[in-house]
Amino acid sequence: MLDDFLVRAALAGLGVAIAAAPLGCFVVWRRMAYFGEATAHAAILGVALALAFSLPILPSVLVAALIMAGAVSALTGRGYAMDTVLGVLAHSALAAGLVAVALLGNVRLDLMAFLFGDILAVNTSDLIVIWGGAASVLALMFSRWSALLMATLSPDLARSSGIDPRREELVLTISLAVVVAVAIKVVGVLLIAALLVIPAAAARPMARTPEAMVIGAIVIGAASALGGLWAALMLDTPTGPTIVCVAALIFLLSTALGVVRNR
Amino acid sequence: MSPVIQTHAISVKLGGRQVLHDVSVSINPGEIVTIVGPNGSGKSTFLRALIGAVPLTSGEISKTADLRIGYVPQKLAIDAAMPITVRRFLGLPRQISENTANAALMRADVAGLAKRQMSDLSGGQFQRVLLARALLDTPQLLLLDEATQGLDQPGSAAFYRQIEDVRRDMGCAVVMVSHDLHVVMAASDRVLCMNGHICCQGTPEIVASAPEYRALFGSGTQGALALYRHEHSHSHDHPHDHGDHA
Repeated sequence: MLDDFLVRAALAGLGVAIAAAPLGCFVVWRRMAYFGEATAHAAILGVALALAFSLPILPSVLVAALIMAGAVSALTGRGYAMDTVLGVLAHSALAAGLVAVALLGNVRLDLMAFLFGDILAVNTSDLIVIWGGAASVLALMFSRWSALLMATLSPDLARSSGIDPRREELVLTISLAVVVAVAIKVVGVLLIAALLVIPAAAARPMARTPEAMVIGAIVIGAASALGGLWAALMLDTPTGPTIVCVAALIFLLSTALGVVRNR
Repeated sequence: MSPVIQTHAISVKLGGRQVLHDVSVSINPGEIVTIVGPNGSGKSTFLRALIGAVPLTSGEISKTADLRIGYVPQKLAIDAAMPITVRRFLGLPRQISENTANAALMRADVAGLAKRQMSDLSGGQFQRVLLARALLDTPQLLLLDEATQGLDQPGSAAFYRQIEDVRRDMGCAVVMVSHDLHVVMAASDRVLCMNGHICCQGTPEIVASAPEYRALFGSGTQGALALYRHEHSHSHDHPHDHGDHA
């Protein structure tokens, strides 16, 4: 069954959607959308460095994403606003990555595949990485769910309940790096942030509890992945962007429904 | 009676700035202490130091064994982006029984809000839900950081009356930070005037007439204090005779 490239693509899309959904909710709740973007952009630098030094790509991307996260938290609170820091770092990392790739003239590298993903080229070992990453992110978040929610609601209240909010932030940062690393193949670095934020945002109007929002985001993310894959085949369009377009359509529908219901 | 919590010459630096400098304060069981001071004077930092949320650069804090602290933070950015009911919010991070939740909501005078979304609450309801949350463990020490921010004057006055009721019923010590000088000072046993260090302290009357306090706030606020007492006591002759009224 895994021989069929379409089945592999569908499984890859589902795996990323499931891993991205709970994390996407936190990205929305904590207003970290650009943090996701910055982490993703750092990934292209990770890819370039991996190729330059013949290192395995996945760990390099993970390390680059984590260094980016560390740089962001080190620079904020030093006189720059969060969005300024993210704007500087995210785009610098992307630019540096693109320059580094160009300097590696002797390496044949399909840059487009990293920028926009190539879900149809997913092989069985990619699938193992994606589902392994998704499972570990889900397990990590599930095991600390209450603490993560509390630290998101209020760092000070969390601390007065004996939770270290910085540790929970670290858990989210690491999870984000893992999801970005495993999702590169599916949607590429430019659209990962969209896959994090859009399903979560689309689930918001229908949810009354944080858990319902996560489940909604999983369903919407999965529907976007499968729907986008199908639409891309029908319309002969690039798969990653098509998946994001389907998610955006669902977001529109859900927002419209929410507006109608609140009348 | 030994104090429930005591700071011994604590100092705190945040981002290279000395925010608190040699602050020694002791809080006795059951007393209501209000901290006043200009913006940036370290009031919130002091409360956060009491719950252990900021590291001390020197000094130490001693408290009675197993001290239960209830904390109402300055503001809570519960974004409309997170759907969460009042009941669920109370049960985080630890599950609590239905009875505990209802009792706390009742005590904060917001019984019946359990099923509402946090993002749908009014400012006053929201603060009372935060109060209910702080009361869950029947605290011996209740810390309130600008708990009435964003409430109008009758709203804050009602909130502080609630605090007095809570103190009366539960016997907990209360330390609060506030900008509503006149309202809060009328409800306090003791006022600490803070500006990086303790400028002066004592009963509301003593602090309001202290030169250090006037240097920080001018004399206008004392007029507001008198005015508040005036209305509160329904006596129009000698507003300063009601020192123990509150």
